[in-house]
Amino acid sequence: MNTPILEMKNIVKEFPGVKALNNVSFQVAEGEIHCLVGENGAGKSTLMKVLSGVYPHGSYSGEILFAGQEQTFSGIHDSEIAGIAIIYQELALVPEMTVYENIFLGHELRNGPLVDWNETIKQAGEMLRKVKLNVNPAAKVKELGVGKQQLVEIAKALSKNVKLLILDEPTAALNEDDSENLLNLLRELRDNGVTCILISHKLKEVLAIADSITVLRDGQTICTLDAKGGKVSEQVLIKHMVGREIDNIYPARKNTRADQTVLEVKNWSAYDPKLGRYVLKDVSFNIKKGEIVGFAGLMGSGRTELALSIFGNSVGYQLSGEFYINGQKQDFGHPQNAIQAKMAYVTEDRKAKGLILIQDIKQNITLANLREIANNGVVDGNAEVKIANEYKSSLNIKTPSVEQKVGNLSGGNQQKVSLAKWLFAKPDILILDEPTRGIDVGAKFEIYTIMTRLVEQGMSIIMISSELPEVLGMSDRIYIVSSGKITGELPIEEATQEKIMHLATN
Amino acid sequence: MNFLNNFQRILRQNIREYGMYIALFVIMAIFTYTTDGIFISPRNISNLLNQTGYIAVLAVGMTLVIVIRHIDLSVGFLAGFLGAVTAIALVQWGLPVYIVIPMVLVLGAIAGLGTAFLVAQLGIPAFVASLAGMLVYRGVLLLSTMGTGTIIIPNEAFNAIGNGYIPDFPDIGILPGKHKLTLLLGLIAIILFVLSEINDRRKKQAYNFEVLPMDIFALKLVFVSLLVGGITWVLSGYNGISWTVVIMLVIVAIYHFITTQTVLGRHIYAIGGNPEAAELSGINVKKLTYVVFGSMGMLAALSGILFTSRLQSATTTAGTLFELDAIAAAYIGGVSAAGGVGKVLGSIIGALVMTSLTSGMNLMGIDSSLQYIVRGAVLVAAVVFDVTTRSRGK
Ligand SMILES: Nc1ncnc2c1ncn2[C@@H]1O[C@H](COP(=O)(O)OP(=O)(O)OP(=O)(O)O)[C@@H](O)[C@H]1O
Ligand SMILES: [Mg+2]
Repeated sequence: MNTPILEMKNIVKEFPGVKALNNVSFQVAEGEIHCLVGENGAGKSTLMKVLSGVYPHGSYSGEILFAGQEQTFSGIHDSEIAGIAIIYQELALVPEMTVYENIFLGHELRNGPLVDWNETIKQAGEMLRKVKLNVNPAAKVKELGVGKQQLVEIAKALSKNVKLLILDEPTAALNEDDSENLLNLLRELRDNGVTCILISHKLKEVLAIADSITVLRDGQTICTLDAKGGKVSEQVLIKHMVGREIDNIYPARKNTRADQTVLEVKNWSAYDPKLGRYVLKDVSFNIKKGEIVGFAGLMGSGRTELALSIFGNSVGYQLSGEFYINGQKQDFGHPQNAIQAKMAYVTEDRKAKGLILIQDIKQNITLANLREIANNGVVDGNAEVKIANEYKSSLNIKTPSVEQKVGNLSGGNQQKVSLAKWLFAKPDILILDEPTRGIDVGAKFEIYTIMTRLVEQGMSIIMISSELPEVLGMSDRIYIVSSGKITGELPIEEATQEKIMHLATN
Repeated sequence: MNFLNNFQRILRQNIREYGMYIALFVIMAIFTYTTDGIFISPRNISNLLNQTGYIAVLAVGMTLVIVIRHIDLSVGFLAGFLGAVTAIALVQWGLPVYIVIPMVLVLGAIAGLGTAFLVAQLGIPAFVASLAGMLVYRGVLLLSTMGTGTIIIPNEAFNAIGNGYIPDFPDIGILPGKHKLTLLLGLIAIILFVLSEINDRRKKQAYNFEVLPMDIFALKLVFVSLLVGGITWVLSGYNGISWTVVIMLVIVAIYHFITTQTVLGRHIYAIGGNPEAAELSGINVKKLTYVVFGSMGMLAALSGILFTSRLQSATTTAGTLFELDAIAAAYIGGVSAAGGVGKVLGSIIGALVMTSLTSGMNLMGIDSSLQYIVRGAVLVAAVVFDVTTRSRGK
């Protein structure tokens, strides 16, 4: 190992009721890409927040040595001065501002007391060239896709003269091309002397890019592996992460599909008055009882729009076409109607559209079906706690109590709460939009197992996913969506990655 | 000392909740000292509660409005205007009280639904929509009192709402000089409270949930009982409980129950916490916006009735700044401007804090210019306390 640029020693960080980090030690060599992996709630994000000063010196115990010196950051500003930049699990750009404003936000280039806009634009252009992003620096950030926004974040980090770049699940919301792009960029940065710490649940990409890998479990360091030249296998990594072997993360599926069509959509089109264009055009598909139907496609292909438009159309599209549940024509005016018709929709964007972060776990789980635990409109608080505890144990939600605020949970555990909420609504048709985004392998396996169990009980599942292995591993049938149209339907026996990609990009 | 440790821990965990009660207690103690006990005299406490009435009912409604991330600036002059309508209906049209009151309440609800229409249906920010309402209601208040100026109401039944007290048993020799029905009601309230707490604790234990340690639980029961007992004892030394207090208690009880126990209440807080998630969870955000503003309008009408009755007349300036007092009461009571957080009981305490300040400073003969400054300072202090304890609790 080269000289370490970073050494964290015996870090302990506690939250009320949770020991998030329990004596963690962590070393990163100069000029390497070091991946940090572990289950949801293992403490990865917390460790990085300790490092970058989000949790200031004094709120944790232990020692941080960076570039040979002991560091006592009291805020993120201090760590930036030392040369550490962090890109969070959630992007932190201002959508209404331009790319160049965002890049220099917080450390504006000055000319006396004024902002030097000309210099800003010039330097922003250079940063964008470094990250190989070909956009107009004067474009607003909200006009860019997630992949490009991610690159803007990196450009922003580079503009701060970064020595150590930390990325917390940067590829979770990226498609394969954008991910590949990003990984190449990281390699290039490494070759130019920037050290990187990368947190990811996508083990394939971890194995492809890592020079070293550190595994955390339950707030403790399990091991650090040398990963150069493919020395580590996925199996081994999984074993370190979850503490047991998982041979096949896709559970065996029985054929549970019945002939009965539960959902049928015909010539469905949706016009978005805000965008001024059609987001769905002439879409037709059907779902049978007891089957899992995958909806594959690139990000932005219209799959989420499709789900929202049939789930009560809360976005206000102008719709045309027909839509049947169990042979009955439906016309939902509100998600409420969809829920009454026994549909459920687990959103891809759990923070913005799924959860109420300031409320606790039990309140979130019961929200969509409160009447079930109410008598004459009065909620039975005790029954609520009991139900929440049942889901806590059946989905293995890691938290000291169901009275914990959802905003305090790790990303993956939030996803489980979001799933629990819709399972409690007891649907017949469950729409899962990117169900395993940001979820660790162990929990993925659990979720797949639950899906399998649900279809065995007669539920039908629509699974929207951008991860092809997952679509191929779990579906009975696959529809491919591209630019708001269904461009193909493949039974699982005929489906391959190549065929799907071909249909998804045409 | 196990008991002390428990006590400290529970106090620290709930400092945010108990903070307001402590603040109110401290303020009352200070004024009692500076006024040589006049502040805590039965007469003054009785007055103080009656003055709180019309702000308190507004604060209750405002709590829900702020919880769903809106604001309603129109309620002050709406209350003033509806007070004038009440007076006109009673005096000029000669309608009986039992018709006028429901009619005015309905008018208030309709006015609230009007604001909701602008906010929910047309998407106008509540600040702007209700600011427009404020101007309009002020205009119609002036218009409706233009010919007559102040309208004096000679109706005794109506004026009893703001000035009268509940009747008492005939004097039979025991407890002379005390209002016996008031004492009896206080006693009943204490018994009901103790029974329901014990019942609740049993239920929780049956589910194996965590409950307060026995000694702390007992302390809580004793404390609340003493508090309720003390207040009723003080009030019984004057005229007993006033009708205004009865109305206030009923409103608080209803809204406290709705917000903490019912599906409707939970849906309202869900909307405040994350409107998009609430909508996708099958909650009709538009509909509940109507409900919340409608209730606000109705409470504004009630506030107008209480105020008019208290003054026994409708004036051209009735309702001035009521909305700001109500908003301040809600914030002092711990409502968060970001939405989704806030309790009805808190806002009532906030309203009591505001009127205690006014009453105490009036007794001390402090000039009104200074009074405004002190009230502003207390508002800021309360919110700073709330914000800091909240971020530390994370
Ligand atoms: N502000 C907080 N308050 C209370 N508990 C917290 C807080 N932040 C994190 N935790 C807890 O600390 C533990 C570690 O969380 P952390 O976010 O570091 O996990 P993670 O490894 O990043 O997981 P994921 O892969 O799901 O993002 C979790 O149990 C989480 O619930
Ligand atoms: Mg994390």
